[in-house]
Amino acid sequence: MRMTMTQKILAAHAGLDHVDEGQLIEAKLDLVLGNDITAPVAIREFEKSGATKVFDPSKIALVPDHFAPNKDIKAAEQCKAMRGFAIDKGIEHYFEIGRMGIEHALIPESGLVLPGELVIGADSHTCTYGAVGAFSTGIGSTDMAAGMALGTAWFKVPGAIQVVLRGAPRGWVTGKDLILHLIGLIGVDGALYKSLEFGGPGVAALSMDERFTVANMAIEAGAKNGIFPVDEATRAWAASVSGRPYAVYAPDGDAVYERTIDIDLSTLEPTVAFPSLPSNTRTISAATGVQVDQVVIGSCTNGRIEDLRVAAAMLKGRRVSEKVRCIVFPATQKIYLQALREGLIEALVEAGAVVSTPTCGPCLGGHMGILAAGESAVATTNRNFVGRMGDPSSKVYLASPAVAAAAALEGRLVDPSSVLAAPERPPLAQAFAARSSL
Amino acid sequence: MNGTGSVFKYGRDVDTDVIIPARHLNSSDPATLASHCMEDIDARFASMVQPGDFIVALENFGCGSSREHAPIAIKASGVACVIASSFARIFYRNAINIGLPIMECPEAAREANAGDRLEADYVTGLIVNATQGKRYQAQPFPPFMQGIIAAGGLMEYTRRAMQAARKPASETAAPTEAAAI
Repeated sequence: MRMTMTQKILAAHAGLDHVDEGQLIEAKLDLVLGNDITAPVAIREFEKSGATKVFDPSKIALVPDHFAPNKDIKAAEQCKAMRGFAIDKGIEHYFEIGRMGIEHALIPESGLVLPGELVIGADSHTCTYGAVGAFSTGIGSTDMAAGMALGTAWFKVPGAIQVVLRGAPRGWVTGKDLILHLIGLIGVDGALYKSLEFGGPGVAALSMDERFTVANMAIEAGAKNGIFPVDEATRAWAASVSGRPYAVYAPDGDAVYERTIDIDLSTLEPTVAFPSLPSNTRTISAATGVQVDQVVIGSCTNGRIEDLRVAAAMLKGRRVSEKVRCIVFPATQKIYLQALREGLIEALVEAGAVVSTPTCGPCLGGHMGILAAGESAVATTNRNFVGRMGDPSSKVYLASPAVAAAAALEGRLVDPSSVLAAPERPPLAQAFAARSSL
Repeated sequence: MNGTGSVFKYGRDVDTDVIIPARHLNSSDPATLASHCMEDIDARFASMVQPGDFIVALENFGCGSSREHAPIAIKASGVACVIASSFARIFYRNAINIGLPIMECPEAAREANAGDRLEADYVTGLIVNATQGKRYQAQPFPPFMQGIIAAGGLMEYTRRAMQAARKPASETAAPTEAAAI
């Protein structure tokens, strides 16, 4: 009793009936994830430990998404090391270029995480899978190495902040605006060491794609994980990606929360995080006019099909400003193909945007869209730290696909409703499908 | 486990992108990473830091990316210990796992100035600012984490656990250790 949703999942994976905040537990892992930056370090540690085989070749996922397709020789060597390990250890879920997507869109899409499961990943945005009611959290390479060897990891059981959602978003407001608003409210360490547990009647107003966006950025508030309750939308999503059985956990009625934050979704406005912290937020009316050199639409935060529908709806039949480089990168091959079939890619390219293969590249200043000294970008990504996308004097403004696409057209931050009247919700998908089929 | 050295002082929310920018993550060689450590917020750091020096910062040190390259870069640069008002959780975990001493002590972090001489005892949590003549008590690690550090990091602990798993429980003390987690 008195357990949060996160605590219940942790207890179940530790073989315990009950856990308390602060308790150290050893939990069984359903999936261990790594990428081309973090896995090579983990593989080195794994081999130093004397381990010869992984705990379960079906429960490890390796995704070359950060500096891949290989950006230089060093990156190629890192991908090669990971590929060699995958072959040698018989890793079942290694995603070669052509099947590769940005890991936090790819793993759920591939049915590798379902409600109630426990996932660790050597990437901080592993917290994304809380969207489907799983416990997932980012760890480092050494934890990944130990996880691959043992199939277990140690955790300190977190307390939680409850976020109660009411109402429904209006206009161009989406999950991105919700999470930026929340981070602005509590700060980049507002949920340090804690879970962000979302709930309330407003959850039903958020699509699965939006929930992925929200959970993805829980780490930007310092949270260990962000998690959503399992509802009809979750079940429908789970049935669409996997036939595996799964367990549904809900918080106890008397679960203890450190604090409760109420958010009325209908009062939110499009929100932008100014440099150089995700918590440095302003509503669009207070952000209008900032000049933009580059717009990036994509990433593990906002590279899903609904995001591309928003971008295409905004750009269709218009032209990207001559002063702006607009880079769109679908998060996975499946999303890319879906966008092609819906005519979204055509609309984006005709508008003067460039469409990239899936990669994390531009988000972390890796490749495919680096900023020069003094340049500014509006990005649908998750971090705007100093130097994140390039030169230390460049600036990143975090926003939703609607705000980013509007900035691409105007060359500056504007309210997207000044470019195109917002469609009615719900669901976003139908509204944009209608427009893109025109 | 003691250290003595000079302070490099930073503010709050020092993220792992500035500790080691992603453009250098096409390498995981510790010496290479160390040569770029902190370069986006302190271009002098890599050339000025001496073995045994301290990084001292305010709240939320190490926020952002989970890249273990960040504590690796700091450790390889010769820094003996990071003292901060608080740490982001993944960085905290990574530092312990690779054996980089870190100490949470808001008072010592707030009051230390760049260039101050510090002494720290990682086991007892005692921090002495010799320049200012002040003593501080940091939270020592919980016993569980001291166990990982005593084993020389998580992988050595893991190696022992795997060895123990291969032997009957009666032949080794290690399973008891593992069962205590």
